[in-house]
Amino acid sequence: MIDFTFTEEQEMFRKAASEFAETKVAPKVGEMEATGEVCDEVVKALGEAEMMALTIPEEYGGLGLGYTVRLIALEEISKVSVATAMMLQVFALGIEPIIKFGTEEQKKKYLPALAKGERLASTAVTEATGGSDPTGIRTSYRKEGNDYILNGRKCFITNSHIADTITTLAKDNENPKAFSTFILEKGMEGFKPTREEHKLGMRGCNTGELAIDNCRVPGENLLGEKGKGMRVALSAIGDVGRGGMVGCALGLQAACLEASVKFANERILYGKPISNLQTIQNKLAEMKIDLEAGRLLGYRAAAIQDKGGRSSNEFAAAKYFTTEAAQKAAKMAVDIHGGYGCMEEYAVSRYLRDSFVLGPSAGTSDIMKVIVARWVLS
Amino acid sequence: MINLVVCVKAVPDPQQACNIRIDPVTKTLMRCEVPLVLNPLDKNAMEAALELKEQFDAHITALSMGPLDAEGIVRECLALGADQGILLSDRAFAGADAYATAYTLATAIAKIGPVDVVFCGMASSDGSTEWVGPEIAMFLGLPVVTMVEEIVECRGPQWKVKASLEHGYRLMQVQLPAVFTVTRELNTPRALVFSGIIKARKKLIVRWEIDDLGVPAEAVGLKGSPTIVSKLTTTESKREVEILTGTREEKAAQLLRKMVDSGVV
Repeated sequence: MIDFTFTEEQEMFRKAASEFAETKVAPKVGEMEATGEVCDEVVKALGEAEMMALTIPEEYGGLGLGYTVRLIALEEISKVSVATAMMLQVFALGIEPIIKFGTEEQKKKYLPALAKGERLASTAVTEATGGSDPTGIRTSYRKEGNDYILNGRKCFITNSHIADTITTLAKDNENPKAFSTFILEKGMEGFKPTREEHKLGMRGCNTGELAIDNCRVPGENLLGEKGKGMRVALSAIGDVGRGGMVGCALGLQAACLEASVKFANERILYGKPISNLQTIQNKLAEMKIDLEAGRLLGYRAAAIQDKGGRSSNEFAAAKYFTTEAAQKAAKMAVDIHGGYGCMEEYAVSRYLRDSFVLGPSAGTSDIMKVIVARWVLS
Repeated sequence: MINLVVCVKAVPDPQQACNIRIDPVTKTLMRCEVPLVLNPLDKNAMEAALELKEQFDAHITALSMGPLDAEGIVRECLALGADQGILLSDRAFAGADAYATAYTLATAIAKIGPVDVVFCGMASSDGSTEWVGPEIAMFLGLPVVTMVEEIVECRGPQWKVKASLEHGYRLMQVQLPAVFTVTRELNTPRALVFSGIIKARKKLIVRWEIDDLGVPAEAVGLKGSPTIVSKLTTTESKREVEILTGTREEKAAQLLRKMVDSGVV
């Protein structure tokens, strides 16, 4: 028999994440929205609350809690701030390749500080010429002695300006079919964040460009096997990246529904709360059905991931469904709020802007369909 | 080592208070319809014990009486940092008023062994009698200070505490062992952390039934409760919409008059 219930311990993790989001993140959302800047206090609080340690094995200073708990935490944080959940999800995206492909020395060197939040992680794959198709990237490396010299430019990189440890995909200068992944560190000569983007939504989550100009990277920073870096980068994006976006989307869906129910019960029209109107009820029902369906898809994929199975296809389906549903939910939430939905005092206007950033992150809906179709046809 | 007992209660989530219904026959809250959470003021009681544990060699027991579902809040106390949990759960304990609850808890505290301080939240968010703490003290023959808002001195066998009054406070010196009921002003309860939840996996929750306490069935639960609830009703807040008509000035004058009449201004 399939048991769809969360364990008592998982519910406690949910409660811990929810309390964290309400007490540490919610008070800073206004500031993040107003400035568009990363809130240092939120980043510090994430570290203190052990949020970066969730998936890191205990022997490297992490909690080793796995991916279902990670999804729970992301969902709860995203209910309050999608931007913060996005930032957190990409920390894990930068951490995962080190866990999966790092040498013992690399794990000991990087993971304990990343678990404590003393160092922040990210991953850099996307470029102007390749993101969904990573083979199109132009960032290149060449061997020079024991070191590698990297050149290129990465764009749309989440946490670009705050990350200390960035797993970066590059192409072999001499063999355009060979890719390798390197651990780049803040402060390396020739490596720096440049342009910072101003996004439609997820304000307070930093996105920007990274310039890599004759950056000398020590040989010990090669992550995984030389020439097999595409697997390193994509396995993290496929499972952890898409899984993280599912968490962000589920939280946003839940927030849209909660705000809509509250408003619909309080807003009086024709002498009654608008929640009595069938047209509003239809919207609430659709939002609820999508949320429940999204949770089933997402948590099932996370359960597969926790068992060590390949979950990238399941997460592609869940990512497609939940991010589309989040956009739909945000639109309906704004509709239910009427004119108030267009006012910044009401969170639903933020939800709508945030929902549009969910789609392209970690692969657009169209790309998710390509992956799901490939899964079906394989 | 000082031994601390924190009495905690599982209450219907106050944030879902609008969903709590009353059983018309037993005149008790239908608790199972709303998720149970740790009583908010009991979090302050837990925090008081945890802060003491940070200063001294202390052992914290989280003690609760309730249905088996209440084990979740005992586990939460363990995750916060309590060393052991005890859940008093037996059908015979059901329907207890404050007196019978205090008697049952006091019997369990006596069974635990020598205790230096018993902390209770000042009141529960559902019953709100504020009697359980003082009555525990009565049954144990211990001094009690209610509404503690600050622990001023906590070294040695006599502690000094500030207790709230309506327009001020009392500074009390108390001989241990003692019972304190605490207010929300005492501290800011810490949040659950993930590593605490993991550590709680290895901590034990003991379940004691009526036979473990060795008390007669007539002394506990509904049978042992002298309180008779004659009536319990829910209040309904209804809003009425009234559209004011006239010019802007007339509508403003009407609105002001209504606000004055209703006592808003």
